[in-house]
Amino acid sequence: MARVLVGVKRVIDYAVKIRVKPDKTAVVTDGVKHSMNPFDEIAIEEAVRLKEKKIAQEIVAVSCGPAQSQETLRTALAMGVDRGIHVEISGPEYDTLQPIHVSKILAKLAQEEKTDLIIVGKQAIDDDSNQTAQMTAALLGWPQGTFASKIEKQNDELQVTREIDGGLETIKIKLPAVISADLRLNEPRYATLPNIMKAKKKPIKKVSPKDLGVDTAARIEVLSVEDPPTRQAGVILPDVDQLIIKLKEGGHVP
Amino acid sequence: MSQKSRVINLYKTLLHLGREYPQGYDYFRTRLKRAFSKNKQVSDPKKIDILIAHGNYVVKELEALYMLRKYRTLKRRYYSDN
Repeated sequence: MARVLVGVKRVIDYAVKIRVKPDKTAVVTDGVKHSMNPFDEIAIEEAVRLKEKKIAQEIVAVSCGPAQSQETLRTALAMGVDRGIHVEISGPEYDTLQPIHVSKILAKLAQEEKTDLIIVGKQAIDDDSNQTAQMTAALLGWPQGTFASKIEKQNDELQVTREIDGGLETIKIKLPAVISADLRLNEPRYATLPNIMKAKKKPIKKVSPKDLGVDTAARIEVLSVEDPPTRQAGVILPDVDQLIIKLKEGGHVP
Repeated sequence: MSQKSRVINLYKTLLHLGREYPQGYDYFRTRLKRAFSKNKQVSDPKKIDILIAHGNYVVKELEALYMLRKYRTLKRRYYSDN
């Protein structure tokens, strides 16, 4: 296997409390800490491990987004990725960017870079779409191993253990293929300070969707973004009789 | 690498890790500085080696802490049924 392509997304940090803008058009992103999508970290880690096992020769990370996405690419480079490709999309175009656009970009880059394997996180923690891997595989006509919790190479094939409802499924897929990483695939390494410094010397190529012949025109219109309903405060009742009355009122007991 | 630069590197690494500390960077930084100042009188190279080893152990512990924290948060958010 020569080359592995990994998709990484810059998202609002998992520990940040998300706030909706007062006009309900989007969530607040200005001045908010961003970091790499945790599922993409798992994807990167898996690619780096494949390289350490000499199964992969080169790892290329791709990120679609505004200029700050380069910071996310740097983190990927610090974790052991060889080079990065930044597909610059910003402003209103980025606000309505959908997995279909990203899939087209990834598919195109996979062909240009002569990739044998694409690994992406199963979903991003901001929009939770869970579509990119599936659509990329479809666009390329490649087999897919989604929700992977274990990947093993066997000759020219990959044996992928998938997390499915209530259990595991083991499948065999031929290369080239697309894989999406689930939470239990591995434990991502921490990007250490010396490695972050070294990553500054690694190359990042900048391209635009137009260079790749991908139309990123909006396919959706955001009508409204709302906060989830807040949990109602509980009440303390003086005795059991009161409790039974309340439960009956709420229809919890006949 | 000289012992002095190993100590400086350890301090820098810990400062870098401190930026993600759950109780905040300032909380971490003041305590880190205090921990290093407490041992500034130590001059025996063997003792310094032991202290550096302890520092590196703390680095590993912090990395593990952050990883677990992230893993648990994601598990709670996306795999609530089990």
